[in-house]
Amino acid sequence: MEMIQIDKVQEALDHLANKDVYVHLETTNGAYASHFNSNAYNVGAFIRNAKVRYKHAKIVGSETFRIGLKMDHGWVYAEGLTQWEVDDKGRLIMAGHDAEGRLMVALEISETPFEN
Amino acid sequence: MDQHQHVAIILPHPDDEAFGCSGTILQFREKNIPVTYLCGTLGEMGRNMGNPTFANRETLSEFRKKELQDACEALDIDLQMLGYRDKTLEFEDRDEVASHLKGILDDIQPSLVITFYPGHAVHPDHDAMGAAAIEAVRRFDEENRPEVWAKAISHNRREVLGEPDIVKDVADYFDGKMKAIEAHRSQAEGMMSQFRKSPELQELNSEGQKLLRYEEFYKWDFTK
Repeated sequence: MEMIQIDKVQEALDHLANKDVYVHLETTNGAYASHFNSNAYNVGAFIRNAKVRYKHAKIVGSETFRIGLKMDHGWVYAEGLTQWEVDDKGRLIMAGHDAEGRLMVALEISETPFEN
Repeated sequence: MDQHQHVAIILPHPDDEAFGCSGTILQFREKNIPVTYLCGTLGEMGRNMGNPTFANRETLSEFRKKELQDACEALDIDLQMLGYRDKTLEFEDRDEVASHLKGILDDIQPSLVITFYPGHAVHPDHDAMGAAAIEAVRRFDEENRPEVWAKAISHNRREVLGEPDIVKDVADYFDGKMKAIEAHRSQAEGMMSQFRKSPELQELNSEGQKLLRYEEFYKWDFTK
């Protein structure tokens, strides 16, 4: 993956607008957070292959980025994205990692379902 | 341990075997005892993407599958991948997972099963895999039932469970163990390469080193 270039990501988001797309959205601090730090507690959520159609999307930010997808009914939102790629299957893959390379947030949009 | 004919390892993630029991595995292999690893998932939802990152959420499972195969080759053990998805094992039907495992155990007829201690294994997948594995073994007739060694990693394991029944000092197998850990490159790379190269860090990490050097297990009591 590469560091996010806002114009290019905006272009990729626009390309996927007004289509039925599959979304993987995830955030996590890991299953061991509270094991290694008693002041922490584990949080995480993911949704895989949510089928949505957004009419408009925007990426905002400078070093880390936020993305909002506006749907007829509701929103998809992710914060903390720093890296992106369009993979060989044409899927828009974005993520944010901590200093050790551990994933903290992921937002992925595809015209075909992600593998289970 | 010489009496064991075949050992089955049942753990959910690629690298659980390397960190948790690879010294013990190497000891069995040295005695030519066959070992089969039934690995629950491909660690698809792992957080470590390499440092600098070389995997993403969609490619991670391919990397981890290859790493798992490499680790099993380093340990000289057979591998069966069970095909569940990382982070979802606790939501599967436990009876179905147990039946799946029982079918495989019927084929390989192990005399020993190593798995996680349910409720003391910290990660929900660990607890769920351990519970399903123990349920599968419970379904054997008593006379054919393999022994179960359960691995507990909770902070309070000694308070609640007492001293482990089996403590293996795997210092003699440490190089082999490190090779198995390092095979899981996406997971181990950052920390372990530093750990291996830096004597100071090794000193600092003496607690961590102790955890790697002594592999502890509780024998599961099926009469309880």
